[in-house]
Amino acid sequence: MNLVLVFNLFNGLITGAFYALLALGLALILGLNNTINFAQGAFMALAAYFAYTLAPYLGFWGALFVAPVLAGVLGLAVEMVLIRRLYKRDPLYSLLLTFGLAMIMQDAIRTIWGATGVPLAIPSALGHPLSQTYFFLTGYRLFVVAVALVGTAVLFGVLRFTRLGIRIRAGNADLETVSALGVNIYLLRTANFVIGIVFAGVAGILAAGQLGLDPTMGDGLLMPAFVAIVVGGVGSLLGSLLGGLLIGVASGVTTAYFPAASEAVIYLIMGVMLVVRPRGLMGQEGLLE
Amino acid sequence: MPPAVPVVSAGGWGKSRLGTVVLAVLLLSAPAWLPYVGGYNDIASRVLIYALAAMGLNLLLGFTGGLSFGHAAYFGLGSYGVGLMLKYATHSVPLALLCGTLLGGVVATVLAPIAVRRRGIYFAMITIAIGQLFYFVAIRWQAVTGGYDGLTGFSRHAISVLPGVSWTLGSLGLYYLVLLCFGLGAAVLWMVLNSPIGHTFVAIRENQKRLTFLGVRVQRYAAVSFAISGFIVALAGGLNALLDNFTSPNSLNYTLSGDLVVIAVLGGMRNFWGPFVGAAIFVLVRDYASTVTDNWMSVIGLIFILSVLFFPLGIMGFLQRKGKQ
Repeated sequence: MNLVLVFNLFNGLITGAFYALLALGLALILGLNNTINFAQGAFMALAAYFAYTLAPYLGFWGALFVAPVLAGVLGLAVEMVLIRRLYKRDPLYSLLLTFGLAMIMQDAIRTIWGATGVPLAIPSALGHPLSQTYFFLTGYRLFVVAVALVGTAVLFGVLRFTRLGIRIRAGNADLETVSALGVNIYLLRTANFVIGIVFAGVAGILAAGQLGLDPTMGDGLLMPAFVAIVVGGVGSLLGSLLGGLLIGVASGVTTAYFPAASEAVIYLIMGVMLVVRPRGLMGQEGLLE
Repeated sequence: MPPAVPVVSAGGWGKSRLGTVVLAVLLLSAPAWLPYVGGYNDIASRVLIYALAAMGLNLLLGFTGGLSFGHAAYFGLGSYGVGLMLKYATHSVPLALLCGTLLGGVVATVLAPIAVRRRGIYFAMITIAIGQLFYFVAIRWQAVTGGYDGLTGFSRHAISVLPGVSWTLGSLGLYYLVLLCFGLGAAVLWMVLNSPIGHTFVAIRENQKRLTFLGVRVQRYAAVSFAISGFIVALAGGLNALLDNFTSPNSLNYTLSGDLVVIAVLGGMRNFWGPFVGAAIFVLVRDYASTVTDNWMSVIGLIFILSVLFFPLGIMGFLQRKGKQ
């Protein structure tokens, strides 16, 4: 195996871990709130801009914790004021609502922080390459993977072991029964939405450290997350994780041989998956249809 | 999934024949009266193009019950088809339009059977993602498509009707070409919806399971609906390239798909002319808002939110219901 391939394979894994992180928040909200949250990308961008503003006061680490929470608070308001009204209707309506919301949020970001891109300063400890031989291995990239791993582990831990998590999973499987058992499903869905947004916020800040900030940054982040979910299978968080890794690696390896197709390839993979196995890697048959 | 909004009867549009005649007279005479109400030919053309695209999409969305969020792909393919033909191959506008429509329509026909394998919210995600594929191809295949900058360097040549008689495509000539295509597209959609296959589409929307038990190959019919709507949307995209003498990756992006869906929802997706009403409002508001504020996208976003919250039946559905009370 030549070095270029190893480099791109590794790069792909890192990208994949990041895609998985993007997909998890989206998949959570899709599963329980029955909403394709088009504003997810805008929430990512917003959290990143919050971090950009807060970093001079709190430092990068403080901003990394506080900014997603602020985005989560906004998510809370959005869910309680707008999205909640649409649960009884066709998912079309919440999709359109979040789509419109994304436009407004993008305009707001442009108005507040300006249309031109700005960089997000990352701690200098993470900025240096770890090794001269393996030039691709910067500390920041490993840090992104570490956060993705820890975030995922925490999420799965919460879903597996806490009361809230168990209710979220139960609600995913059969919301009516959960409601009949006396769980306040409105509260449950609100909590779930906020968790999804906080996840998006963390991912947005990590992306900003790598790529910088600009008002439309959410657009580019949202689509791979979609594909990750379709490839992994709607309704399965583990599937979204695997889907994210798979398209990350595919995109990385393609970059080695045919860079122009590095974006298109993930859509091709999705197409092949839909032909061969329409429900995705780990999706359940007939879910959300 | 139960229908989200009360069903406007499938034959409801048949009663509004008088309305259709009035609409035809208004559209035919538009260049004469538009300047007095502050309009101009190109914006009327834009309204018709968006209306045609949204009506095409609505065959699938409102009448078959499939939420496609990726129809910009077929709109954009129609645009690029027309642009590339005029730039490299021919000076004939009708031939270029035919090729653009075929390009978008055939691609939709090929992809339809894959997309319709899933329904509901999953179908929406799949159609978005398939649509984005073409967006990235347009951006990356710079030699042919011009990449981010879009495709320029083509123009609309006069159409020779008879030897010595030609149809000049200034803004007035183009308006009537667009109106002709709009009329043809609307007639096709009308005939499809009033034929047995159209009734099958509506039946799929109402109760897919029951149809499956009755032995109807639901996926096949849904794919046909997808394909027809793809052809119509591609035609609209081709006309849009003619209107602008330009096409860009934005004509393929999912934001345009969203615009088309909200146009149909805003106007009333259970009503034949609903998307037309939606397109008129959408295009006029966008045109006006972009002249008064840099934040015109917020205005469009607000239209999305308000139409979802307060006009789930769309404006035509709202008016129809008022009329019945």
